[in-house]
Amino acid sequence: MDLFFLGSAIFLTLLMLLPLYRAIVGPTVLDRLIGVNAIGSKTTALLIFIGVLYHRVDMFVDISLAYAMLNFIAVLAASRYFQKRKGLYDEIEHRGS
Amino acid sequence: MNTIAVIMILIGLLFFTGGAVGIIRMPDFYSRLHPAGKLDTMGLLMSMLGLAVYALGDMTLGEALTSLKIILIVVFVFITSPTATHAIVDAGVRAGLEPWTQDRH
Amino acid sequence: MEKETRATVGSRVITFLIMFAIWLLLSGRFDAFHLVLGAVSCALVAAFSADLLLPSPDLPRMPGVWWRFIKYIPWLLYQVLVANIHVMYLVFHPRMMELIDPQIMEFDSRLKSDMARVTLANSITLTPGTITIYISLYGHITFHVIDIESGKTLPWIMEARIGEVFGE
Repeated sequence: MDLFFLGSAIFLTLLMLLPLYRAIVGPTVLDRLIGVNAIGSKTTALLIFIGVLYHRVDMFVDISLAYAMLNFIAVLAASRYFQKRKGLYDEIEHRGS
Repeated sequence: MNTIAVIMILIGLLFFTGGAVGIIRMPDFYSRLHPAGKLDTMGLLMSMLGLAVYALGDMTLGEALTSLKIILIVVFVFITSPTATHAIVDAGVRAGLEPWTQDRH
Repeated sequence: MEKETRATVGSRVITFLIMFAIWLLLSGRFDAFHLVLGAVSCALVAAFSADLLLPSPDLPRMPGVWWRFIKYIPWLLYQVLVANIHVMYLVFHPRMMELIDPQIMEFDSRLKSDMARVTLANSITLTPGTITIYISLYGHITFHVIDIESGKTLPWIMEARIGEVFGE
């Protein structure tokens, strides 16, 4: 059973590479934000997997809850901050031309 | 019990994979939000329910509390995920990004 | 005036009970020290900010709304699951670029209260294939769909169900 959880955790970690690609390359700032948000929601699940692997789920569940809250607040703050930025348009035009 | 947990975690991982692939393949920012916000939430729901079933173990009080806390995370994510998605869409609309559309002439 | 104060006390008691349940769940310790500490802090929070969670005028019809809302959740989860499978089919399809057809649609909602509108917007966003962009003050909803099929019927059915839940 431990082997299954280890495999799932490694698979989830590898899966984070795809949103990471979007977070690095993504044409606009908001695309990067989507990538970061997706990585965060995968981390919430990954923390519980790690807790099961170490047989300390009771401790890791609190960390996971705090991480979910932090992820939510980070996305809210970042999107509020970027919504009035002029750079969004410029970045697209540079890429598009 | 363990079989149910394994099946649910596998379904959850499948949804997670769909979300990650969708973020890469979709053409523009608005359509990327569909897999990113929703498939991830569904994957989290499925894998967390599987883990909650597994953490229930032999039904002692502490393990039941841990299971309930995992369910609490799922409820929290289900309330906040639409809000976060909406915040990102709102930022995109206010910045004036045009949605990608199919060219049908 | 008399009635209003009683309603406020009721909402404070309910807020206190909800918070104390969450305290018990999160702390997981049942000795006297932790229970007293939790009761004191929950009472303080409930005394200061009961009106944020439960606005007093709505209180008498809340139990019915909650009960209908609990019955609404399984239906919502089922719709979310079906729509998830549809979007996942789109994502893994080799010719995805021809299948998707993103559009912006709009419709007028007849829901009046803020709570019902928030529930409708969150339900639309939670269902894959549709994302709420904006709700105006008069209930005009703008949303983004990934293909025409996802947005053709579901928001209207959802609106009817939510109207039923909140008794409008």
